[in-house]
Amino acid sequence: MEITTRQLKRVDVVTVSGRVDSAAAPRLEEALKAIVDANRFRICLDLKDLEYISSAGIKVLISFLKTCKRWNRGDLRLANMSPYITEVFDLAGLTSLFQLYPSIVDAVGSF
Amino acid sequence: MSKRWELTVDGHCENLATIADFVTEAAQAWGLNEKATFEVQMAVDEACTNIIEHGYRGERRGKITLCCECADDDFVVTIRDNGQPFDPEAIPPPDLTCRLAERPCGGLGLYFMRQLMDEVRFHFDAEGNELTMIKKIS
Amino acid sequence: MKIKVEQLEQVTIVIPIGDIDALTASEVAAFLDSQLKEGGNQLVADLSQVGYMSSAGLRALLATLKEARHQKGDFRLAAVQANVQQVLDMSGFSGIFQVFPTVEAAAASFGD
Repeated sequence: MEITTRQLKRVDVVTVSGRVDSAAAPRLEEALKAIVDANRFRICLDLKDLEYISSAGIKVLISFLKTCKRWNRGDLRLANMSPYITEVFDLAGLTSLFQLYPSIVDAVGSF
Repeated sequence: MSKRWELTVDGHCENLATIADFVTEAAQAWGLNEKATFEVQMAVDEACTNIIEHGYRGERRGKITLCCECADDDFVVTIRDNGQPFDPEAIPPPDLTCRLAERPCGGLGLYFMRQLMDEVRFHFDAEGNELTMIKKIS
Repeated sequence: MKIKVEQLEQVTIVIPIGDIDALTASEVAAFLDSQLKEGGNQLVADLSQVGYMSSAGLRALLATLKEARHQKGDFRLAAVQANVQQVLDMSGFSGIFQVFPTVEAAAASFGD
């Protein structure tokens, strides 16, 4: 799994590629924690190269979704979900929880 | 292949950061290098600031619609608003060499836009104002 | 916007943190103006934490410069980042302001 983070003016863009399994999920958590620890709560995840995400990875996403949305201070929005990942999210009942965008540009503009 | 992104926001300074991020991401998605991306983002910031402060007179009266797209080797940003139109020819470029006391404060934003982008075109009609700025991708 | 202020002997160092654009420029201008009103006419802006400045920011700096010189003092800039330097150059402001690589150098320049 590879993670790159970019800090823009209003939002942070986190690109997650590869496989987020239980071994890799802590690194995703670390990357997101670094952003919220810096008091920044508007995060866009670019998932175009995400091949697989396990329940461990999903737990991290839900946890940070809650953190970001607390007190209306921000949100965690997702972009570029492949049909496979969308299916996984649908099965887990998550697509109604997250705001989804067809591109990272749209996600960034939504803030 | 052509890709197009559009964003509409309220014409208020609080939205300048979102506008900047939107344009930055669109430029990056098209492979503009860092310097070109910064120049596009700054030109758009200046353009939108002018719309907010002069077109809408800082009164939050309208919206700004931005469209980013790529056509051939050009990265094209189109900005539309419904504020007061103006005559770009009536704004002289600032005199960069005159002394401090004589430096006027206006005209810098438009000057920057023209310095930073390869093409800057205004169009005003009954529907509203449209600004087109082009950065050549090289 | 967060703006810190420090004193280096007779020189007041103002440290804005973040972008100086149309949203924040008037706040910065007001802060600088209040420093001048409090009597310190030797003013330095530490721009090490300013990653971006638009023409709105330049106008705020220019207004402060005019007022400082009117008060027989000066307003100098220090630790300018590359993006902001480009803006100062494009506008010709690098010919109007004295710009120093460090805050110490800027403060020391008032002793000349």
